[in-house]
Amino acid sequence: MSAALLGCKGVTCRFGGLVALARVDFEVNDGEIVGLIGPNGSGKTTLFNVITGIYGADEGAVTVGGTDMTAATPQAIYRAGVTRTFQRSRMCLPLSVFDNIMVGNHKRLNHGLVFNLLRRGAFAAELVRNREEAHELVKVFSRELAGRIEEPAAGLPMIDRRRIEICRALISRPRLVLLDEPSAGMTHEETRHLMDDILSVRERLPGLTIVIIEHEMGVIERVTDRCVVLNYGRKIKEGTFAEVAGDRQVQEAYLGVA
Amino acid sequence: MTAAPNTLSPLAALAWAAAATLYSVLFLGAESERALGTLLVIAAAGVVLGARFGLVDRIRASIGGNERAFDIAAIAGVLVVGLWFHEEHFIILMMTTALLLMVAALGLTIQFGYAGVVNFAGAAFLGIGCYTAGVVTKYTALPSFLTLPLGGLMAAIIGSILILPVLRTRGHYAALVTIAFGILFKVFLEVNDTLGGPQGIQVKPIVLFGWNFNSPIRIGDFTASFYFSYLLLALLLLVLSFALVRRLERSWIGLSLDAIRLDEIASACYGLNLARWKVLAFTLGNFLAGTAGAAYAHVLGFIAPNNFTFGDSLILVSIILLGGLGNLWGVAVAAAFVVILPEKFQVIQEYRLVLYAALVILILLFRPEGLLPRQLRDYVPGAKPQRGRSHAEERVR
Repeated sequence: MSAALLGCKGVTCRFGGLVALARVDFEVNDGEIVGLIGPNGSGKTTLFNVITGIYGADEGAVTVGGTDMTAATPQAIYRAGVTRTFQRSRMCLPLSVFDNIMVGNHKRLNHGLVFNLLRRGAFAAELVRNREEAHELVKVFSRELAGRIEEPAAGLPMIDRRRIEICRALISRPRLVLLDEPSAGMTHEETRHLMDDILSVRERLPGLTIVIIEHEMGVIERVTDRCVVLNYGRKIKEGTFAEVAGDRQVQEAYLGVA
Repeated sequence: MTAAPNTLSPLAALAWAAAATLYSVLFLGAESERALGTLLVIAAAGVVLGARFGLVDRIRASIGGNERAFDIAAIAGVLVVGLWFHEEHFIILMMTTALLLMVAALGLTIQFGYAGVVNFAGAAFLGIGCYTAGVVTKYTALPSFLTLPLGGLMAAIIGSILILPVLRTRGHYAALVTIAFGILFKVFLEVNDTLGGPQGIQVKPIVLFGWNFNSPIRIGDFTASFYFSYLLLALLLLVLSFALVRRLERSWIGLSLDAIRLDEIASACYGLNLARWKVLAFTLGNFLAGTAGAAYAHVLGFIAPNNFTFGDSLILVSIILLGGLGNLWGVAVAAAFVVILPEKFQVIQEYRLVLYAALVILILLFRPEGLLPRQLRDYVPGAKPQRGRSHAEERVR
């Protein structure tokens, strides 16, 4: 039997006396789109931070493709094929759009001193290859944006910055992408566009697995195969959107009914 | 800006190089403070009018499209100015000093401008290079030109003491670590008798293939200052380090350094080894400063701890801030400015630190990206026709 692509077993994370995550079990299989939902402060982003190695888990284990990655650094997680976006945009604004995407391609670029400083012909060839690849990827999101990849990232509107951040997460051909509230700060219309983009990217990259944190239930209903609900750091429900939305406990968590 | 098809002709770039050369000759040759003041006013007016009528943009585009031609023109410009004043010891010394400070400031650019590692001990690393040259020529029989790589190496090695504290601290704290190091270094020099104590030590000239750099050049009727060989050496060092830093910036390594400066967390999540790149930038920067220092020691012939104070480190930092953090031509312009201006205006000599401080504050207030803001990275210039705009222009739009 093949192991789940991502496995969290009894993951616990404390900040001093605050228990941000309490024995969370969470599995993601190849090719799924899983929604991670829950009220503010329920531990969704913390779970992403533990998975990507920014925080260490106090208890429990994280596996990627069956290999234990609990104590792995963010760099090792990236090399294992897990990338992410951030809730608050983390772009390098003074750099060009292309540069920003290339930051995400770190493991596929040659960083040797000799290659970069002396073998400029070979470098130029690698550059052209990557520029085409980035162009193709951005084109899936927006043709117009693809024509602007040599411009400064600071000049892009919010929705395009999100798109570029997602491209940065996708360019290295990861197995699993963690999207932390991609629609934050966008209008309904923009959110709808972005979700169309994400679905069409998935068609183009079969086998891509996505975990998405989202507050817009319409989005969750539309794109996810399965949902996991967190509340106060505990997993309170797991299932399809319909199952989750109909659950009394989940409704209480969101509406605050005692 | 009208993008006429002739914007990419090398004419504007070459005309600019010629104008800068002529201006340098006039400025360095001017005797009275009145003449110097007039020249400064003309320069300021030229820059303002040039920006107003789009001339600056045209020159910039032309330089970008004809980089090799402009590089050669710039080197030729320095040589022309040097030859014009070939008998004037003081002017040649001033030029040599400016070129060597440019090399050190390029080192600081890698550290501060790219990787975001602050270094307020630039003068100390310059000093390590100087003292290496002094010690090697005084106590060993090694060929004297070896002092250049050795000076760089020593600066890189001694700098590695600072790597752990620099990696563990950020922002103000990292700045404090380097400030402390700079002060420690100076105190160490003052109490160490082998290094000459507060009196300093003499540094023997470079001798290469029997040619003593300190002797004047005589070819037929042509006689040049005994500093002239050092001017050529400094120019060579500058060209090499400029090429190195520029290639570094235009590579995946430059991209990684920028990413780490701008966002450590995102960089870590995309596999960038923060420590590795910071160490590379810090070490390489110190190497350049140390190499420049070794050459400078030979030029001066005599070095003392007072040449390497905290104030001198601040001058290096102000050079890279004034020029435009990360812009290599900006470093060149600012270094020339900072070295030559106080020497020509003896009145401000006493107040030069005050002047720099005021200048840096003004620049940070009104033009935070420096005189020549850094442009977007262009990995292989000329490979694509349309060129990106600078961040500053983008902000205005």
